Amino acid sequence: MGRTWEFLTATRGKGRLHWTDWASYGYLCAGVFLMFFPVVWLVLSSFKTEADLQRFPPTFLPYQQQTLSVDGYDDPLPLFEMVSGDYEGMILAQVRRVGLQAQMVDPTNPGERLRVSIDEYERVESVTLAWENYTGLFDRFNFLLYFWNSTFITVTATLIMLLTNSMAAFALSKYQFRGRTFVLLLVIGTLMIPQTVVLVPLFLIVSEMGMSNSLWGVIIPGAATPTGVFLLRQYMLTIPDEILDAARMDKASEWKIYWRIMVPLSAPAIAVLAILAIMWRWNDFLWPLIVLTQSENFTLQLALNSFQGELRTDWSSLLAMTVLTLLPIAVVFTFLQKYIATGIASTGGK
Amino acid sequence: MRGDGIGLTLISPIMRVIEIPMLGLQRLLGVNRLAWVFLVPNLLLFGLFAFLPIILNFFYATTGGDNVLLDDRPYVGARNFLNLVDCSNYLDPNSCREDKFWRAIWNTVWFVTLQVGIMVGFSLLTAIILNRDIKARGFFRSVFFFPVLLSPVVVALIWKWILQREGVLNAFLDWTGIGGVNWLVDAEWAFAWSVFLSVWAHMGFYTLILLAGLQAIPRDVYEAATMDRASPWRVFRRITLPLLAPTMLVVLILALIKGVQTFDEVYAFTGGGPGTATTFIIQYIYEEGFAGAPRIWGMAAAASILVAIVLVILTLIQLWVNRNNVDG
Repeated sequence: MGRTWEFLTATRGKGRLHWTDWASYGYLCAGVFLMFFPVVWLVLSSFKTEADLQRFPPTFLPYQQQTLSVDGYDDPLPLFEMVSGDYEGMILAQVRRVGLQAQMVDPTNPGERLRVSIDEYERVESVTLAWENYTGLFDRFNFLLYFWNSTFITVTATLIMLLTNSMAAFALSKYQFRGRTFVLLLVIGTLMIPQTVVLVPLFLIVSEMGMSNSLWGVIIPGAATPTGVFLLRQYMLTIPDEILDAARMDKASEWKIYWRIMVPLSAPAIAVLAILAIMWRWNDFLWPLIVLTQSENFTLQLALNSFQGELRTDWSSLLAMTVLTLLPIAVVFTFLQKYIATGIASTGGK
Repeated sequence: MRGDGIGLTLISPIMRVIEIPMLGLQRLLGVNRLAWVFLVPNLLLFGLFAFLPIILNFFYATTGGDNVLLDDRPYVGARNFLNLVDCSNYLDPNSCREDKFWRAIWNTVWFVTLQVGIMVGFSLLTAIILNRDIKARGFFRSVFFFPVLLSPVVVALIWKWILQREGVLNAFLDWTGIGGVNWLVDAEWAFAWSVFLSVWAHMGFYTLILLAGLQAIPRDVYEAATMDRASPWRVFRRITLPLLAPTMLVVLILALIKGVQTFDEVYAFTGGGPGTATTFIIQYIYEEGFAGAPRIWGMAAAASILVAIVLVILTLIQLWVNRNNVDG
């Protein structure tokens, strides 16, 4: 027991590695495996052909059977290596398979048909990425449409949220007016009631405003999030009033003070809020699921969810689409992870 | 910090146009009352899409029928609530009039207990280990954190692909000789994996908060303890735990608030099944109001209000804890 706590609490290893250090690194490496492997496996699987995906047990890397064009045959023929029987060691192309028998042809001597039993050969395979899983998304599915819907919702909702929230935060941090406390309490009130528990009346309001089944029905209610007002107000409170007074001396209008002084000075907080808003809207699921019922309005998340029901066997397209859906977030994370981490920690929201 | 990006040069003409009416309003109202003008867009959004729904929710909860328009809904008083709690034995959903509601309630209670317990436990362990003198701490921290950014549907599909009948986990179990299981068809396994998936996706967030809490504990407190030759166990119990307690409380309540609202990832993962094994309370609301053929808005709204009460209590505790933190 004592040793366990020593392991948990020691903060500095001196000199050589203590066994607790080994245990820590062991834990962390197990964590790396558990957190990364599922995503790596997803990406590798998304490059496998449907036939390769059906294979059990699965291979780690995506394999495809090699094919060869042989004189006298229109389509490329799949290659097999003979492992036993009369032709052992030769690489033959399969013309046709009938039950347990296969008709083969030697690529160097295409005139002659050879008859072999299928337990005498093995497929000749090489690691090949099945890019057709990805290109197929654009031909056979409306991937670009879903991508556009998601992007449009994310960008528009983020811009509306940044504008309205920064204006409100400016008013709540830099003006003394009657009713300020009341407004602050109202904002705290909305913090308590998340969208998930007002779905029914929210749906009524949105459909009465003619926004059901339209992207705006997702964008506008999504902008009514109190987190941003809090985050920006906290930051704007730290901006000294003297700067504002100086600008007023120079006869700057209040709008100019907001736009030319407050917004640029709050840029770090606005950036954090922008990242959060982009994540919220891109990953949003329940509300779009309720508002958007026609597939031409689906976001990527809705499309993914509905395809996994419809195309139960078409994992190759589904996996490729999953990778493309997580890609934008992965790119954002790689470049901005420091801001994301501090932003999420400081607002307690995600 | 000056922002002179391309975006700004596009927006600034618009802002200059807005300045004209704003200047007029400023002359008309005076500087201090102009604050309301700045507040209007946001208050309009809040009013329409946050406050009004809260009030309307009560109208829906006290009316019946399957019409969404309020005029066409007959008043039924507390009948929706009474139907929800009409049970001869609350522990046995089969004895309840709304058995699906009670199944969802008990599923949610079990889920939240397990998920929050396991998640906060592992987050604390991870945060303590990351707070040690570790090489490549930033790397390990982001490894645990990155699933937080993945969308719920993506998380669900990643694990569905691993757990499917002919998936990589079953291949591994076959190889070891244990033998595969059809994970998502078995009610108990599906529930257990839902808890796991949820912990996997969210623990990085709580690890981050706890790590920040640990790093806020001043080093010299530990140095003083080392001088006094306090045992590591004693240091942990007498210094780390008490000083981390407020952060732990915040983490616990945040995790509870999120846990009660679990829907997205589990819905995309199991669809609530098999049967109702992983149907939680938000899915019950969604299915009553939006998925079924007769849309039973009243029941959905009544159930929402019950959930909202739980969330309000939790949030009030959170605000109270936060205020104590600031004062302390």
